[in-house]
Parts: sequence; C-alpha cells; structure tokens
Amino acid sequence: MAPVATLLLIMPLAGFLFVLVMGPALKEKAIGAIGTGVVAVSFVLAVVTFFTLLHRSSREVTIHLFNWINVGTLHVPAALLVDPLSITMCLFVTGISALIHLYSIGYMHGEKDFRKFFLYLNLFVFSMLLLVLANNLLLNFVGWEGVGVCSYWLVSYYFTRGSAASAGKKAFLYNRVGDFGLLVAMFLLFHHTHTLNYLGVFHVAGTLSPTVATLTVLALLLAATGKSAQIPLFNWLPDAMEGPTPVSALIHAATMVTAGVYLLVRMSPVLTMSPDGRATIALIGGVTAFVAATIATSQQDIKKVLAFSTVSQIGYMVLAVGVGAYSAAIFLMVAHAFYKALLFLGAGSVIHSLDNEQDLRKMGGLAKYLPLTFPAFLIGWLAISGIPPFAGFFAKGDVLTNVFQHNKFLWALGVVTAILTAYYMTRLFVMTFRGTERFRDVTDGHDPHESPWVMTVPLVVLSALAIVGGIVDLPWAHQAALSGFLHPVLGYVPAVAAASTTEQWVLAAVDVVAALIGLVAALTIWRDLSFGERFESTFFERVWYWDDFYDATIGRPLTEVAVFDESVVEPKVIDGAVTAVAVAIRNSAEGLRKVQSGFVRQYALAMVLGFAVIVVYLVARVH
Amino acid sequence: MNVPAAWYLVVAALLFGVGAFGLLTRRSALIMFMCLELMLNAVNLTFVTFSRTMSDIAGQASVFFVMVVAAAEVTVGLGIVVAVFRRRSSTSVDDLTELKG
Repeated sequence: MAPVATLLLIMPLAGFLFVLVMGPALKEKAIGAIGTGVVAVSFVLAVVTFFTLLHRSSREVTIHLFNWINVGTLHVPAALLVDPLSITMCLFVTGISALIHLYSIGYMHGEKDFRKFFLYLNLFVFSMLLLVLANNLLLNFVGWEGVGVCSYWLVSYYFTRGSAASAGKKAFLYNRVGDFGLLVAMFLLFHHTHTLNYLGVFHVAGTLSPTVATLTVLALLLAATGKSAQIPLFNWLPDAMEGPTPVSALIHAATMVTAGVYLLVRMSPVLTMSPDGRATIALIGGVTAFVAATIATSQQDIKKVLAFSTVSQIGYMVLAVGVGAYSAAIFLMVAHAFYKALLFLGAGSVIHSLDNEQDLRKMGGLAKYLPLTFPAFLIGWLAISGIPPFAGFFAKGDVLTNVFQHNKFLWALGVVTAILTAYYMTRLFVMTFRGTERFRDVTDGHDPHESPWVMTVPLVVLSALAIVGGIVDLPWAHQAALSGFLHPVLGYVPAVAAASTTEQWVLAAVDVVAALIGLVAALTIWRDLSFGERFESTFFERVWYWDDFYDATIGRPLTEVAVFDESVVEPKVIDGAVTAVAVAIRNSAEGLRKVQSGFVRQYALAMVLGFAVIVVYLVARVH
Repeated sequence: MNVPAAWYLVVAALLFGVGAFGLLTRRSALIMFMCLELMLNAVNLTFVTFSRTMSDIAGQASVFFVMVVAAAEVTVGLGIVVAVFRRRSSTSVDDLTELKG
C-alpha cells in the first residue's frame, strides 16, 4: 500500500507542476480537466488505501520517503503515517475537493486567471494531504503553512479589489499568531521527549509532567484557534469570504479550517495528560459555537452567515475534543464537510445566478428559478439545523451526548447554540428562496438562471451525502462504524461513561425540539422582512465589536507607535546617529588635512623632531 | 697611532647634524639629496665605528646594505628630479605642493 498512499499525496502536486510548466499552452478546459482529474484520482487512491488498511491487522503504517533533517539529536524524516484517522481525513478531503474542483470549472468559467486559480487549488489540496498524512509535527507544519499560504492567495484572488487584498492579509496574520502556538508546542515537545514523531511522542506522553502537558496543550490550542477560526482568532474567516465561492467551500468549510481540530485529535495522547488544558479547549469551543451563532443571526451577506455558521460548527468540534469525545469531533467534521460544502456551493450557485450579488436583502423568491439549487439547499439547511435523519442530527447529537456526560453547562450552551443554528439557517433559507422577489434591480429585470451541469452535479452528490452521511457513525452502531474504526488511534482516551439508552433518547429528543424551536421561530419571524429586521442587532452584525476591540487595543496603539517612529525616532535617532558620525569624521578630517602641507621640509622637520623625541626617550630610560 | 672611538662618533654626529640642517634649510632638491647622502654616510660611519670597537662584523655588513639602498635611491630620486625639472624648469621643492591636503 506504500506506493498507493504516496501516489495519493503526490497526485495534486503533479497536477500543480504540470499545469505550472505547461502553462499558457493549455486551454481552459484542459486545465479544468487536469486539475479535477488529479484530485479525483487521489480520491480513488484514498479509497483503495482505506480498504487495504481495513484488511490489515495492524492499522498503523509508516511510509518512509527520505531523511529530511539530521542535526544532532533531531532526526526528522519525510515520512507518512497512514492510520484510521489520517485516512478518514484523506477520504473526505480528496472527495469533497474533487467535487469542488469540478464545480469551479463552471463557477470560474471565463475568469482571466483561471489557470492561476486551479494551480492554487491543486497546491492547496497537496498541502492539506501533507498536513494530514505527515508522521511528525514538523512535516505537518509544512502542510500547515502550505494551506495557510494557499488560503492567502485564494482569499486575495481578486487582488485588485482592496477589500479582498486586505482580507487575505488578515487571514494570513491571524494564522501566523496560531502558527506561533504550534511552534511553541513543537519546541516544548522536542525539549521533553526528544522527538517530533507522533508515535515517538505518544510513546512517552505518559511521562510528561502536568505543567508541561498543560503548556503544550494550550500552545496546540492557540494553533488550533488560528487555523480553525476559534475565539480569540476567529474574525479572519468571515473576511476570507472575499475569495471566490468555491474557495470558501473548499478551504473555509470542508478542509483547511478542520486542520486545527485534526491537530488536537491527532495529539489526543498529550491532551489526555492535561485535564486543565482540555477544560480550556472545551470552554473555548462551547463559547465560540455560541458567539458565532449569535453573530450569524444578524448578517446580511449570504456567505458571511455561512462563514459564522462554520465558526460555530467548528466550535462544536473543539468542544467535543475538549470533553475527550475525539471520534464525535471527527464525525461532526465529516458530516459538516458534506453539508457545509453543499451550502456554500448552493450559495455560490445563487450568487452566480444573480450576477455576483451576495446581499440577502436583494434575493427572495428564488425557489422556482433554481430547480436544482433549491432542493439541494433545502437538504443542506435541514442537515445543519439538526433535523433527523439528516447527517447533522446524528453528528451534533453525538457531540452533545458526550458533552452532557462531562459538563452540563456547556451542554446547555450547546443546545442554545443548536436553537440559534436552526434559527439563522432558516432565516437565510427564507430570505433567499421564499418571500417576495427583490432581485430585479440586480439582474436588470430578467429571470435568474440555473447553473451549468458541472456546478449542479456536485450539489446533487453532496445532497445525497448530507442526507445519508449519518450512517458513518450511527449512535447504536458506534463500534462497527467510525468510532470503532478510529478507536486504535484514539485508544488512549479515557472511557466515556456510556449514556444509557433512555438518556440517549431523551437527549436526542431535546436536540430535535431545539432544532424545531429555532426553525419555527425563524419561519414565523421572517415571513415578513420588515418585521424580521427588528430582530437583528447591530451588536451581532458588528461581530460583538470584536474587530473594533482589536483595532482599539492592538491596531491603533501600533499605528501610534509607527507614527511616533516615523516622526521622531527615524529622523532624530536613526538619521541623527548616521549624520553625527558623518559630521564627526568630516570635522576631524578638516583638522587633519592641515598637517598635509605639501612642503617636503616640513615633513622632514617632523621626522627629525620625532626622531629626537625617541632618542630623548631612550636615553632617559637607560639612565 | 690609535684614534679613540669617540672621535669617530663625534665626526659622525657632526656630519649628521650638517646633513639634517641642510635638509631642513635648503630648497633645491639636488642639495637636499646631497644632505641626505651626508646623513646616510654619518650613520655608516657610526656603524663601522661600533663594528670595530665591538669586533662584530655585522655592523660593516649593514653598511654595505645602506650603500646599495642609497645608490638605488639616488638613481630613482635623480630620475624624479630630472623629470620635475623638465616640466617646470625649477628644482625648488617648495613649488611641489600638489599633495597639499
């Protein structure tokens, strides 16, 4: 299986290099076909690897590619770790990426930089696979940075637009803060375990002192908050919606933002050593889920609603990680990848049909014009709201059941978030597809058009997955499904006190009721747009003034410092020092040049006098 | 008849003094050259004197080096003086102040 798994990683890179080298010689169709093809092949190879792994007794395969770094006691190989966790990630990353590549062919049709877009997309998939498949933290970091930089390029894809350029910078800077955390975690682990290999670290994880374990976990959490857009580093994700919609679907829903959660799950043996660290993780996740959900209720941009919804859903995943329910986190990650990619691609289809209009207030009544997008979005809406039997119900239910065992407060927060989730998604759905038609200004009067097949096929496939995605890990079949499959990797997890059957039914009922409350409330309120607008709040729309807070505490003071540097430090101190040196040298030279009179006899006199002085000195010393 | 070493040294000192005085007071490059030679030979005389009193042949060997170097120096120096004289019909060193700082 080693060659297959290696090829699975290499395919997107090969596609990237091929399109890069062949360059302008390729037509748009060829680029699209190659870009999509390599990722599709990757997906097939992931399926092959998955089944090979399923039939092996040892489900942990290390594939050594080459020695990368050998310095002192630091030995870092470029090696892949194929195990249930990494292959699960590979399956949905490549699968959904392939669909989104296909969709992009239609969505980006006619764009000037079509080739560039596919180059970035392929490179991104490669980085993501590297991040997932690496067998050590440093190689993981290469992929981690790779997705970061690809995300930067793709967010600021329309870089001539100022807002897109600054959104890219914002995403990059927020991610850098997170990267700092990952670096610190690596330093700590290497200092205390002398290795960066996952298996090596896990082997001695039990010997880490509580302080070191907690510090490491907090550093990892910082890394995760950056990449996975959690409090306090979550505000970059909504701005990242400046990128083309397929990018939002690929990076900001299905793949990159799950990297933080993946990292935490991957490091679960270290997390296990620090109850305090995990409590912090759970709190961050729960609060983020709630805060982002409240913000999503008052956004006007269709993609921003979905962006905050993503933040909120990842909050659930982080919450699950915090209470030790790692398999639940992965389950929600997979299910979320299905329905959130569906919702984003659906939103992209809507935006495409309205000539790039994203404002919800200028939509409405689109159901009859988009016969394929409408049912697809309907399914996505019900799935994320947590209506059974869609994927979201089972995944979110799994998380909340686990949280209930550990922390009643966070569970309650989770249920409130579930109500809000159903509410804001229903609002989004109603404002887009129901009610009066408000888009005539945007489309110059004519009817919106359904998207081409390359865009609707992914919608159909993802709809099917969003409906049946729950079978990945049904609550009554955990051992035979995803949790059982992941168990060897997450085997160090303290056993979750299994909820009784009655308890599970009650909790499931609570979830359904919560979803229905949100659904009905939104349907009632948003029947009339002008009535609904009374339930929007500027506080939520302005993201709890979070950006303003950062601006006031970090942005402005730093600007002040910069202005001070520019007006005082630079001209006075730095320039002053340089000028002072120059003036001193010139002044001393002015004095010294008088010595050079040009008269030979003066020089001779100086020599004689000097000689006399030496003689006097010598004579004086002898006596 | 045995002349004391001190006399030789006194003669050498006088020669050196005359040379140094001439070097500092005359303007003609040629005269200055001659004064320089005078000083060199005063030193040579000292060398030889000490060589004899101390029975050390090294001093006399040094004198030969000084003579060779002086000869070479005079050759180059006179060449320069002739070249300068051709350009400006004067050998006064006070006119050669192009290197003034």
